[in-house]
Amino acid sequence: MAATSVRVAAPGARPKLPGPLELSIRAFRCWLVMYRRTWRASIWSSILGPLFYLGAMGYGLGSLVDKHGTASLGGVPYVVFVAPAVLAAHSMNSGLSNAMFPVFGGIHWNKIYIAARATMLRPVDIYRGHLLFATMRIAMNAACFVVFLGAFGLIKSWWGVFLLPASVLLGVAFAAPIAAWAVTLRTQTPMNYVIRFGSLPLMLFSGTFFPLSQLPAWIRPLAYATPLWHGVALCRALCLGNVTLGAAAIHVGYLVALTAVGLWAGSRTYYRRLYV
Amino acid sequence: MSSRPVRSTSGGSGFSALPGARGIRLIERHARFYRRMWLVVASGAVEPLFYLLSVGVGIGGLIGTVTGPGGHPVPYRAFVAPGLLAVSALNGALNDSTFNVYGRLKFEKLYESVLATPLGAQDVALSEIGWAVLRGLLYSVPFLIVMAAMGLIASPWALLALPAAALVSFATAAAGVALTTYMKSWQDFEYVMLVSVPLFLFSGTFYPLSVYPNVVGVIVEWTPLYQGVVILRDLVLGAPSWDLLWRAAYLAAIGVAGLAVAGRRIAKLLLV
Repeated sequence: MAATSVRVAAPGARPKLPGPLELSIRAFRCWLVMYRRTWRASIWSSILGPLFYLGAMGYGLGSLVDKHGTASLGGVPYVVFVAPAVLAAHSMNSGLSNAMFPVFGGIHWNKIYIAARATMLRPVDIYRGHLLFATMRIAMNAACFVVFLGAFGLIKSWWGVFLLPASVLLGVAFAAPIAAWAVTLRTQTPMNYVIRFGSLPLMLFSGTFFPLSQLPAWIRPLAYATPLWHGVALCRALCLGNVTLGAAAIHVGYLVALTAVGLWAGSRTYYRRLYV
Repeated sequence: MSSRPVRSTSGGSGFSALPGARGIRLIERHARFYRRMWLVVASGAVEPLFYLLSVGVGIGGLIGTVTGPGGHPVPYRAFVAPGLLAVSALNGALNDSTFNVYGRLKFEKLYESVLATPLGAQDVALSEIGWAVLRGLLYSVPFLIVMAAMGLIASPWALLALPAAALVSFATAAAGVALTTYMKSWQDFEYVMLVSVPLFLFSGTFYPLSVYPNVVGVIVEWTPLYQGVVILRDLVLGAPSWDLLWRAAYLAAIGVAGLAVAGRRIAKLLLV
């Protein structure tokens, strides 16, 4: 019975596949359906988490820093210095948490990828659709935090309207390559190492909570090479309004390049892992 | 089968007759189980060290000195280190007593097998808490060694920091196991994060209570982590007082209450 209905739909010729964009959006919609039912579980960590950090570090610790003098911060109060960095670190974490365990789970836990493989979606559509969903989540988290920053008066310049796209770019620059990698994993342990030895040190040492001038000179080039530092520098310049186009172009270029490498790698790793 | 000893006579030696002492077998089971993944477990010890370097040394350079216990100015890194020691004791115990206990309870069905042996529900509670305390020590001992190497220990009273850190782990683990028995799904663990992250950030770990408005300070003083932070800070910086005994008693009370609740709940969930 099922066979006849297929015949009727496509007599003689093969059915025409929708375009790549349409296919990616179909994969994306699957995640959207799931999110609509489970969004409550992540609302606290995605909104309250960074506010806690802003309160404890920016305002609490900041009161001690400001007492000591803020010349090394460029003369701004510590909370103004740290707020855009918390935004950047939050975007990185959103990117990682949406592109690591859910990707691994798509193969090993809820097996959404395995189910999607049985449809007309190609591996690259599954990848792009999931990345689209991660981008949406990064943008939602970043938008909430940007609104808070504005409400607390921590955005000092009209350049601040670019904070949202900048932090989304940063999050995607992490999500695209990490998803490409996570799909290849056989066990979950390496992902814990990425958090412990990757994102945590990045968050702590990329010029987020203190200027890199506090680090020994020999280690600074390493910090300048990390994607989070570029994101932090970009967000901070946008927040404070001291944007120089050359520096901004380097930051954006670095993050775009990282995203592009991720997209290229993802189309290959997903194909290898999911093509039957 | 008929020769299998009944529960009351299973303990041959005097040691096994102690309440909960049989639970050492479950601790041994965990030690054997985690031997295969010791690196994952041990690498958790680096997290507080990263914080010590970043906040203590990095931000500390922007702060200089703060008022420590007894009103003496201390370098910020010496101020924050004992706070992070308390955090490492808390985190080590919390992760094991919540996520892992839940996994064993609901998915591995470990305790169902355990309760088919001479071990009882109270033994399970005691040994799970004991194991979590060991995990806490696994994180706090290396941290204490690094503190000593960085010259952040100012007094021989710091020798008592180890039992004090174990007390923090005990209170955390007992509360963690007790609360975990009420968890319904993994989503509920969002609440664990919702409690542990503010505890970590706001319990006087990073700055003295004087930063807060009075009302907030009073609330913070009742958090268990704050008590642990004060005990460890006063010991490490060499300004102990009789107050510390009250604070320790508070932590011990949380631990004992948690232990009692945990044992009863495990019995209720599994011994029908």
